[in-house]
Amino acid sequence: MSQEKRIPFVRLAKRAEMDRKKVWLIRISSIFVAFILGSIPMMLTGSNPIEAYSVIISGSLSRPVYIRQTVKIAIPLLGCALAIAPCFKMRFWNIGAEGQITMGAMVSTYFALFFVKKVPNLPFLPDGSPNVTLLLIMLVSGAVAGGIWGLIPAFFKAKWNTNETLFTLMMNYIAIGIVAWLQGGPWEGRKGSQLIPMFDKSARLPDVFGVNCGWIIVLVLVVLMYIYMSRTKQGYEIAVIGDSVNTARYAGMNVGYIIMRTMFISGAISGLVGFLIVSGSNYTLYSGVANNVGFTAITVAWLSQLNSFAMIIISMILAVLDKGANTLQTRMGVPASIADIITGILLFAMLSSEFFINYKLVFRRSDKKEVSA
Amino acid sequence: MENKCAIEMKGITKRFGKVVANDSIDLSIYSGEILALLGENGSGKTTLMNMLSGIYQPDEGKIFKDGQEIYIRSPREAYQYGIGMIHQHYKLVEVFTAAQNVILGLDDEKLDLAKTEGKVKEIASRYGFDIDPSMKVYDMSVSQKQTVEIIKVLYRGASILVLDEPTAVLTPQETQKLFRILKNMREDGKAIIIITHKLNEVMEVSDKVAVLRKGRYVGTVETRNTNPQALTDMMVGHAVMLNIDRPKYEKPEEKLIVEHLTVLDQEGVKRLDDVSFTAKTGEILGIAGISGSGQKELLEAITGLYPIKNGSIRFVREKGKEVELMGLPPKRIRQEGVGMAFVPEDRLGMGLVGSMGMTGNMLLRSWRKGKGLLVEKKEPEELAKKIWEELEVVTPGTNYPVRRLSGGNVQKVLVGREIASQPEVLLTAYAVRGLDINTSYTIYNLLTEEKMKGVAVVYVGEDLDVLLELSDRILVLCGGQVAGIVDARSATKEEIGLMMTQFVTKEE
Amino acid sequence: MTTLVALIVAAVTFGTVLMYGTLGEILTEKSGNLNLGVEGIMYMGGAFGLAGAFYYEKTAGAMASGPFAITIAILTAFLAGAAASLIYSFLTITLRTNQNVTGLALSIFGTGVGQFVGEFMRVSEGGYVALGNNLKNAFSATIFPDFLVSIPVVGSILFSHTVFFYLAIVVAILMYIFLTKTKKGLYLTAVGESQSTADAAGINITKYKYLATVIGGGISAIGGMVYIMTTAGCVWNHEGLSGVGWLAVALVIFCMWRPLNAIWGSVLFGAMMIMYLRVSLPFVPTEIYKILPYVVTVIVLILTSMRNSRDKQPPASLGINYFREER
Repeated sequence: MSQEKRIPFVRLAKRAEMDRKKVWLIRISSIFVAFILGSIPMMLTGSNPIEAYSVIISGSLSRPVYIRQTVKIAIPLLGCALAIAPCFKMRFWNIGAEGQITMGAMVSTYFALFFVKKVPNLPFLPDGSPNVTLLLIMLVSGAVAGGIWGLIPAFFKAKWNTNETLFTLMMNYIAIGIVAWLQGGPWEGRKGSQLIPMFDKSARLPDVFGVNCGWIIVLVLVVLMYIYMSRTKQGYEIAVIGDSVNTARYAGMNVGYIIMRTMFISGAISGLVGFLIVSGSNYTLYSGVANNVGFTAITVAWLSQLNSFAMIIISMILAVLDKGANTLQTRMGVPASIADIITGILLFAMLSSEFFINYKLVFRRSDKKEVSA
Repeated sequence: MENKCAIEMKGITKRFGKVVANDSIDLSIYSGEILALLGENGSGKTTLMNMLSGIYQPDEGKIFKDGQEIYIRSPREAYQYGIGMIHQHYKLVEVFTAAQNVILGLDDEKLDLAKTEGKVKEIASRYGFDIDPSMKVYDMSVSQKQTVEIIKVLYRGASILVLDEPTAVLTPQETQKLFRILKNMREDGKAIIIITHKLNEVMEVSDKVAVLRKGRYVGTVETRNTNPQALTDMMVGHAVMLNIDRPKYEKPEEKLIVEHLTVLDQEGVKRLDDVSFTAKTGEILGIAGISGSGQKELLEAITGLYPIKNGSIRFVREKGKEVELMGLPPKRIRQEGVGMAFVPEDRLGMGLVGSMGMTGNMLLRSWRKGKGLLVEKKEPEELAKKIWEELEVVTPGTNYPVRRLSGGNVQKVLVGREIASQPEVLLTAYAVRGLDINTSYTIYNLLTEEKMKGVAVVYVGEDLDVLLELSDRILVLCGGQVAGIVDARSATKEEIGLMMTQFVTKEE
Repeated sequence: MTTLVALIVAAVTFGTVLMYGTLGEILTEKSGNLNLGVEGIMYMGGAFGLAGAFYYEKTAGAMASGPFAITIAILTAFLAGAAASLIYSFLTITLRTNQNVTGLALSIFGTGVGQFVGEFMRVSEGGYVALGNNLKNAFSATIFPDFLVSIPVVGSILFSHTVFFYLAIVVAILMYIFLTKTKKGLYLTAVGESQSTADAAGINITKYKYLATVIGGGISAIGGMVYIMTTAGCVWNHEGLSGVGWLAVALVIFCMWRPLNAIWGSVLFGAMMIMYLRVSLPFVPTEIYKILPYVVTVIVLILTSMRNSRDKQPPASLGINYFREER
């Protein structure tokens, strides 16, 4: 028997470190590969992919109106990706952002519906302008609600090590179910409409450059989250726990408390995103308010390597796809769900690219052959 | 009775990088015999046996079975040659029963648990095991799990059994039971090898003893023709002069007083049993013991990381004021102003944050400093640079992930940081494990410097030569108990070796 | 009484959909893969199942036979789900990508593909895609003769369901036998519990993970098809299908990863999901019923982690990728 058989033709080994340029080259080329693969369903439906892609681009970025709509899609995505970053950094797999958004949106809506006439606006603001006091109350209450919704699974994780992936997932549908009940029950507007009334003008976020001012809030959050993760004591604690719980204990950190605190913050940001959605773009609440943003944002956060600034780019790419695909449907008759397909392919490609960054394939050296008998 | 040679290993050499783990070793194993493979930690016992069980392949040398040269390329092939190894870390599926675990990976048999259980019982009764084949592994004690592992091997028809430190996790009663079983297997004509460093067990159970020292084969002797003293001499060899500088501190004072310390692990097994000692300023207290004698638990209990059953740990402040540390979490210990530094055994898993650079790791001690929300990175950055320079850490920069550094550099970062905290007590666990000679000496010098500054240094080590030359006093642990505390300047290697294996106990 | 019978029958109809989704995911998770793409997989199963039956009917015309159409729908759905899971398997098993993120990506991708196929058929076929009444009836007909079905109460409860329900029970029982009585099932469980132990025992863990995940995905996808072809009346309906996959993931936990539990579990969950249409209790808003399955699942999850009973836990290596050299 020969020694040869033992050594497979190709085997896997962890890579030491790749230089930065090459890493980005791989990532960017994976995006290209994704777009090439994405052209297959387009061709299957008989459209020219190049044309289709240019429609997607022009349909989302060619005019200020389009850009505004695209940004509107990107706002919650980016905001929610920021929320997820600290959890994932801590290796706490929070996939409950969907529910945290919904809870935030719900509680914000509560104040928008029932306190609109009760809360005085700031005295120096003219009549008919947004009620800043009310909006602030909505923002804070939405954030707290989302935070509490995130805190629940974290508490059980810290106390009994309950599986957080499955727990947070379930919490999504509980939140959505509660809103569905409100929608058809206590908060229903016209009887039988199954709709919650539209917000009063004063409970809507004002626009800045044609888009609700949520984009400013989210961009501020980008900077804050960047600072939080890289400069603060709490961010440091999160990073240490994500690396090794034992090291964290060694350094005197209270791991359970930090898990709960981080999930509260994460949930709070998601809740804030919920507020932005109801107050900035929907002006009402319904059970599908989160619209899968909580899930998509997870992929945004992951693909950005949890880097706040990279999230801007990734969420914009996904928003462009989403918005552009709608144009594609109207202009070329390609179903708008092509956006989800391409997003999916893009995610697959970018996830796969990490493999080539972290591992290398070691091929059997041919000179080994001579060694064996 | 003339026994047949079952396996012969000739000129076996195995290298890991530059380290020669086994250097041209010859070993013969006979059927119907129990062979004890004796040696200190790191002497290459497990490596040698791993080559017999197909986990490693030798770089040089040959293995013969019944006179035929064989190649063992996987544990599966080892089974085909009748060789089975019981590793220290059991590989069992917790939610399966014993029988289910036994048939795992046996492809040529249909699933018939009743039949398997019958066969398991048959094996058990033949050799005197006590086992319920339908019991789930998670309900089993460590000793029962070991039984499953042994039966797994026997079920596959092994005639040559290798057991890697089988008694390390057993109580004395369980050990006795195991030995009876081993003797039964010997009567059945099996060849048995037990890897161990416990001399009393060697004397009790084995027919022959093969001794390894630092990767080399020292020799094989018949157990009845030898005695523990002779075996110790073979195992530890003659004292090697290391020329570690050992200055004497003027007036040592008590700094850390540990009394009647007892800790239990999660399974309720005593890991430390009534341990008492004091660590003094200006001295290095060496802690010797075979691995798993409670060293890890001792240091972690002192630093508040291991739950304590009872006992007392007192830190002596200036002017003789004492602080009770027992039951305090690490954070509180620091808040009490107790200057304690700890270099744990698991450097990257406990002492450092692998994904961060030197600066980030310096922060691990000081991140709470300052009033605001932000971490202060300036001081750690300076400290990182200082350590980088003074200890000659090889790294591209202070932000380069320490996980990617070599073992020696990782340790310099860790030790450097702990010393920089200006501790009054410095605890180190296996501080030079895996390090090259130069780095090891750097560490020895650093520890001695600390000692001369008046720090109470606790040095858990495995190399007796180092312990004898570096320490002022040596505490010997054996099975979680203090076997004795000796003066390192007058003690001999043999003496400590015997204490480690519980032949002699000596009080100061 | 009639309300109750009607409730049970309706619960079984929806429960059948869940049962496939759950059984498939149980098989997948038994291998240690947490495939969160079930939602997408079921979409794809629904769309491709419908497409299979629809284009078969289009080709065969009046000759189209019900049993054959059902077979084709099952096959196309299974293949679609298997293909989707193959992507997931390749990424997580071979390329070792994060399972949560990959599953979510598959969810997005799968719902996109399902939607795309559904809409594309509608557009290309000029507005409306539905099977002829003949086949439609075949999909929703029971396999038992009338005299059994017409037995009062018992007939409706036991014999009035579609072929898919009985098939699902067969799948559950087969899966139970496979996991508990066969060697391969034992090995698969070992892989899901401790990959390094299985690897050391010489079990080809890559093979087991791929096969379990791909076949599991195929089974889950059949659930999507069943929904479209029975509840939705052979018309593409993505709104009705949305959330079903996630419910199936919840049900896996509720069933404690045991196929036989999936039989009654899915009927129970089915009942909770449709109860709002049929039962009104005083002081309990009907919409709240719909969150019951999730609340119950959360409680089960908490209780199992608190009790720490070793038998009733997720497969120990669930969600963890394996790289031998990283032991």
